[in-house]
Amino acid sequence: MSDLKAFRQEIRAWLEDNCPQSMRTAAKMEEQVWGGRNINFYSEDSRVWFERCVEKGYTVPDWPKEYGGAGFDKKQHRIFEQEMERLNCRPPQMNLGIWMAGPAILEFGTEEQKREHLPKIARGEIRWCQGYSEPGAGSDLASLQCKAVEDGDDFIINGSKMWTSYADESDWIYCLVRTDPTGAKHDGITFILFDMQSEGVDVKPIELINGETHFCQTFFDNVRVPKAQVLGEVDKGWTVAKRVLVFERDVMSNMESTVAVSGQSPRTIGQKYLGDENGRVTDDVFRHAIAKHEVNRLAMELTPQRMVDEYTQGVGDPTVAMILKYVGTEEEKRKYELMIKMAGEYCLGWGDDVSELEEQLTSEWLGTKTYSIAGGTSEIQLNIIAKRALGLLEK
Amino acid sequence: MPLAFNEEQRSLKDTARDFANDNTPVEALRKLRDSKDPLGYSKEHWGQMIELGFGGIIFPEAYGGFDFGVKGLAGCCEEFGRTLTASPLLSSVALSGSLILEAGSEEQKQALLPAISMGEKRVAVALEEGSRHNPAGVSLKGTLNGKSSENGFTLNGRKTLVVDGHVADLLIVAARTSGEPGEQEGISLFLVDPKAQGVEIQKNGMTDSRNYARISFTDVELDSTALLGEEGNGFAALDKALDVARICLSAEMFGSTQEVFERTVQYFKERKQFGVLIGTFQALQHRAAFMFTEIQVCKTLLMNALNALESGADNAPAMISAARAKICEIAELVTNEAVQLHGGIGVTDELEIGLFLKRARTSQILFGDERFHYDRYATLSGF
Repeated sequence: MSDLKAFRQEIRAWLEDNCPQSMRTAAKMEEQVWGGRNINFYSEDSRVWFERCVEKGYTVPDWPKEYGGAGFDKKQHRIFEQEMERLNCRPPQMNLGIWMAGPAILEFGTEEQKREHLPKIARGEIRWCQGYSEPGAGSDLASLQCKAVEDGDDFIINGSKMWTSYADESDWIYCLVRTDPTGAKHDGITFILFDMQSEGVDVKPIELINGETHFCQTFFDNVRVPKAQVLGEVDKGWTVAKRVLVFERDVMSNMESTVAVSGQSPRTIGQKYLGDENGRVTDDVFRHAIAKHEVNRLAMELTPQRMVDEYTQGVGDPTVAMILKYVGTEEEKRKYELMIKMAGEYCLGWGDDVSELEEQLTSEWLGTKTYSIAGGTSEIQLNIIAKRALGLLEK
Repeated sequence: MPLAFNEEQRSLKDTARDFANDNTPVEALRKLRDSKDPLGYSKEHWGQMIELGFGGIIFPEAYGGFDFGVKGLAGCCEEFGRTLTASPLLSSVALSGSLILEAGSEEQKQALLPAISMGEKRVAVALEEGSRHNPAGVSLKGTLNGKSSENGFTLNGRKTLVVDGHVADLLIVAARTSGEPGEQEGISLFLVDPKAQGVEIQKNGMTDSRNYARISFTDVELDSTALLGEEGNGFAALDKALDVARICLSAEMFGSTQEVFERTVQYFKERKQFGVLIGTFQALQHRAAFMFTEIQVCKTLLMNALNALESGADNAPAMISAARAKICEIAELVTNEAVQLHGGIGVTDELEIGLFLKRARTSQILFGDERFHYDRYATLSGF
């Protein structure tokens, strides 16, 4: 038996023995484990599952063991993900630490920074948020103005960040600040890490169209941060920032499996509201639209595997990855538009006086509107493709 | 199986690309069209393609083939799509060859498949009767000459959109021997000599300059050996062979689509208006970038469908329809955009983009377009 086959069996057996039954379904929003100093478990099973994964390094399987991971290589990691999917295991925790801050620290951090931050992320002890956008810097992120001025061994930070997701519940922030206002806008940006409990940090939640308030505006008033907490080099933070955006787009290209959903799909909604006794959707226009959605969805599920296979065959193409965020998020939006049209009145409920099964769809539908904006808008994705994949120049 | 071509398949594909670039650039199709070539393809080029082995890619070695599989052939079709190479590869090899392989008796396979792969026989399938692809809609009548099939059959009816029908040495005709049009049961397949009495073949010139024919059958008498497969049970084999043709044609369309797209992006980098290259305009960049995303989606679906077919997966028909539906859609999008984005020159006959536009549309209706295949996907998926 090959090593990978044995590895797969070992993972499969461990998951079967250790993943509690109730952790083998999609997690609703309130059931997710986001970690941090105020870590919250929805159920005892959720705590047990989380702790067992932490112990094995399975919250961040592809990180080195010394930083709290399981030390899996790419192939092992893929097998691990497949086996998790096979049993429909919930992610033991989900947060910006494991998706973005951690990978950035792994790639750009000093040994001291890695030892300080990575194990805490792996164990879910510290929850991170991202300080990128500003009131005046959205798609034009590099024009950011939040200022950091040297003062001895520290920087003093002043300014404001927008759309800092879960800033009100997070412990640390990775933040882009302007350290040199004189040069080109992409130069003079520094990537810095600090504790949200630092003096001078203030957070104001913003209510979104779906009623959620996890996007915040964050204010910094003379926040003092040691220079040792800069990730990478001073004034060279744009390089780190772009890498983190790639990590973020990876996560966002597959929101369906990342964010908890009502478990509904266009097919199930179509069959429920427009189906005959054989499960055939009787409205041909909707039936066509469902098929179209499923075909696009299938392509999105398979494209990452195609990329891996092409690299293995020696014909890898780095431009393929550029489509994932755009196609994935636009398809999620179309999917919800399709579902609410088919379910009509049953899924546009809002407030406490309705209790339809599909009520959750309303909020999810509205939530999908953020997907093609956060992490670089669809328009920015198309700019990137035009420039990097097609070699078209800016005017 | 990887969602990519392996080394062997890439080497086949490279051979096809080199051959097409050297011998059958788009210019070659234009010449055939302008000279009103009666054959519709070059005998010399087809002979060279046979010599290079393209005729035998999908057939088992026992029938004179190389057993490289449909995935190997599809990679070649993709390359031939880039130059609109004219040849009977789709009609005689992909469709007719697969159908004989599926439905034929050992004797029929021995007699026909080596001849097809060596280019000695060109075979065409006569299936369609209406304006749109409808494999179960066969109404051309096949009636028994006696009490049983031993005395043979007589065919009466009309067929249309028979690819390479006017140059075929042999026709495979789908006829209704029982049941009603629309039913899968009751369809029989017959081997018919195009020179037989009562067969009238008319070349049907279409916009894309591929060879199509309309054929009428008036009291065409066949003996019992003409039957390919079982009486009344031809649909399953027909659908399987059509799936091979569908995915090969999709691969060809995917090649054409990429070619047209790349030519358009190249034009963006050459054409100046308002004192700058038009490719610097964001409105145009976004249209090109969007097409790029859709082309990548098509590529994934094409590879997935070929793998499903090669591995004999149960869901292969659904996966083929998924790929074909999307590729038809995107072929339409990209050819239309290519004409528009080239502006005035885009609507001239001189520019080759127009030839790709015309080919895309006929290729869409051939073997089912997006409307047909989204519907088939939905049916096969149980909704």
